Amino acid sequence: MKKLVLAAATLAAGLGLAGSAFAQGVLRIGMTASDIPLTTGQPDQGGEGQRFMGLTVYDALVHWDLTRSDKPSTLIPGLATSWTVDATDKTKWTFKIREGVKFHDGSAFTAQAVVWNFDKLLKQDAPQFDQRQASQGRSRIPAVGTYRAIDDLTLEIVTRAPDATLPYQLAWIAMSSPAQWKKLGRSWQEFAKTPSGTGPWKLTAFTPRERAEMVPNKDYWDKTRIPKLDRMILIPLPEPNARVAALRSGQVDWIEAPAPDAAPSLKAAGMQIITNAYPHNWTWHLSSAEGSPWNDVRVRRAANLAVDREGLKELLGGLMIPAEGFMPPGHQWFGKPTFKLNRDLAEAKKLLAEAGYGPSKPFQTKILISPSGSGQMQPLPMNEFIQQNLAEAGMKIDFEVVEWNTLINIWRAGAKHESSRGATGMNYSYFIQDPFTGFMRHLQCNLQPPAGTNWGHYCNADMDKMFDEVRNTFDAAAQARVLERIHEKFVDDALFLMVTHDVNARALSPRVKGFVQAQNWFQDFGSITISP
Amino acid sequence: MLVYVLKRLFYTLPVAFGVSVVCFLLVHIAPGDPLTSVLPPDASAQLQADMRKIYGFDRPLIVQYGLWVLKTLQGDLGVSIATGRPVAAELRLALGNTLMLAVLATLIGFVLGCLFGFVAGYFRDSWLDKLASFVSIIGVSVPHYWLGMVLVIIFSVQLNWLPATGAGPGGSADWAWDWVHVRHLILPAVTMSVIPMGIVARTVRALVADILSQEFITGQRAKGLLDSGVFRHVVKNAAPTALAVMGLQLGYLLGGSILIETVFSWPGTGFLLGQAIFQRDLPLLQGTILVLAMFFVALNLLVDVVQTMLDPRVQRA
Repeated sequence: MKKLVLAAATLAAGLGLAGSAFAQGVLRIGMTASDIPLTTGQPDQGGEGQRFMGLTVYDALVHWDLTRSDKPSTLIPGLATSWTVDATDKTKWTFKIREGVKFHDGSAFTAQAVVWNFDKLLKQDAPQFDQRQASQGRSRIPAVGTYRAIDDLTLEIVTRAPDATLPYQLAWIAMSSPAQWKKLGRSWQEFAKTPSGTGPWKLTAFTPRERAEMVPNKDYWDKTRIPKLDRMILIPLPEPNARVAALRSGQVDWIEAPAPDAAPSLKAAGMQIITNAYPHNWTWHLSSAEGSPWNDVRVRRAANLAVDREGLKELLGGLMIPAEGFMPPGHQWFGKPTFKLNRDLAEAKKLLAEAGYGPSKPFQTKILISPSGSGQMQPLPMNEFIQQNLAEAGMKIDFEVVEWNTLINIWRAGAKHESSRGATGMNYSYFIQDPFTGFMRHLQCNLQPPAGTNWGHYCNADMDKMFDEVRNTFDAAAQARVLERIHEKFVDDALFLMVTHDVNARALSPRVKGFVQAQNWFQDFGSITISP
Repeated sequence: MLVYVLKRLFYTLPVAFGVSVVCFLLVHIAPGDPLTSVLPPDASAQLQADMRKIYGFDRPLIVQYGLWVLKTLQGDLGVSIATGRPVAAELRLALGNTLMLAVLATLIGFVLGCLFGFVAGYFRDSWLDKLASFVSIIGVSVPHYWLGMVLVIIFSVQLNWLPATGAGPGGSADWAWDWVHVRHLILPAVTMSVIPMGIVARTVRALVADILSQEFITGQRAKGLLDSGVFRHVVKNAAPTALAVMGLQLGYLLGGSILIETVFSWPGTGFLLGQAIFQRDLPLLQGTILVLAMFFVALNLLVDVVQTMLDPRVQRA
């Protein structure tokens, strides 16, 4: 019996030791993605792909400043040190390329390499054209018309029309090494295995769907961003409970998007729950199509006044920021809207009555929702909560639940399309990091489907005029003022049901130190260390 | 026997054709666009049309099917839309991982199932029977993904004895039969074994009870055969059916369990299928379903042949 107990104890000790025996300085991250993002340059998997593969192994001409957590991120020079637009021809841009930058394979980064990378995405008959990267990258740079290298360090881009948002678009485009592609037999499949960018991390090992391993690029051009860690390992863990279990059992040191109901237990286990505001919006995108009850601003305002955002926050364990507008509170484009999103049922009922709704003519409409989806937080309980809120104001909402990918297709097709099934709104989550994704794609007249993703067919001459102004205002500060005015109009006209912003939650082992969570979809991992 | 095997092999051809048609049609009539998960949501209608053309989804369905079958017959299952990697390579890796998991789970399930089944059948209506039956009913009834989560909470999170996810510190590419890796296999295998354990136990219990009530057993006992001798006869008579059931269970498990492999992030065919479904990755989905279906057909054939060899009474040829 004694022997048995001893054996059991030894086994248990062995198991326990094996569980904690990992090297120092290695950060293991459990991602929500189900696969390692595309490694060839232009990653897939949306914002998460760009965060972990795009801006780690690669750089763009323009970067986001990810060094501060206390204010929204702005654009800064990346592989381009500066850019100017021609004083007479506002479509002609000149980019100065950073000197001395090398790809991981040792080849030099030049303006010709940028041209080669644009061709990779835009020129279908170019030998390096890659349909997988093109499908990710082409829609990010709609403004780019033609481009050429004037010399090794000067690049010219001519846009299709004057467009001051070009730098935002270029912040998406990752630069792959032409030399490495040629060396590997001109094959993107081979390049994917041993990629080469100019980024602060080098990809050294990679098992599809299981893990990717990176080491610091000690020769990185921005010495302040050379990673302090020995290695970083990315592990796809799409199942939320599996991520929590992996963190709590010490298999990973960091998980993305822990479920709100897991946060208390993670905190109790000593984990850090890191949150911050970032340009995300969880909303009901309302239809402006003919016959939509939301065409009356009083109805839109009534709905916005009926939502109990504080109650919703409680439901989500505090992991949300109640909306005060479409942009998160404190955002540089927030401005000073006069319409306040406080809960005021009496005012909501009054507005509805003024709009002609009441016991004899009850308000009733249909909203499309999804049971899950990227950025959708906890869509079912959240929507049911709002449904209840609106019912208290006398608004009866019927839901039609459709699967997430189907919802995306409906969103692309537009509210007038038969696939929208007569719904007058849809619950959708938005990446709102730049002027285009934040406002234009939802509200510009000529972006109504099928030309774009203005699902609700909103069209307003004043709004369009302001969008033109944004595109033609090349001074960043002046452009921000215009964007403030756009946001003020958005909120005062209560264009959408503005509900909440996600807080970009991630749970970290107490051993992870030095992480600065920027108010951005992307993050910098250079400052992180792991304590023993 | 050879004629029988050849005949059965010939029968698999229409089955393979049927499977190919059904899996091709199923994945195409399912709602959702194969390019939805590949393209960013903002992709314009023009870009969508361009990409559809590049991927060949603009062609008539019958042409797409014909091309797919033609390539498949040449051993080329195409390239995954979502990852750009060859489907055959993805599948080979995942099949190897699922095979490890399924064989271990089947072994655990078969051994425990036979044990509980024999005990229950041998001591029918006793408390031992009730206990063994209770365990086997729990086995077939309990939702295995739930059991997986419970095991993770106990053995990974609370006790920190076994890892919660993955196929080893270096992933399945670095797999080795050492403790560092095998410990990753234990929780998913135990979770996966519960259903075959329950089914085998229920089958064996019924078989044993039936065999024990047959006249030849009474005759053997009357001739003075000891319990061990009787046991041998029971095992011999129960084995073919029990093996057939085990073979079928192995077939099911080889398909991988989407839920278990997702809970444990085990990189097998279930995990692969789950991802292919969510991403509408048609080539990956078609290839995986086809190969798994053919695996199942082959396994059925194998079980039939082995059963015929074990039980000469079974006349098949």
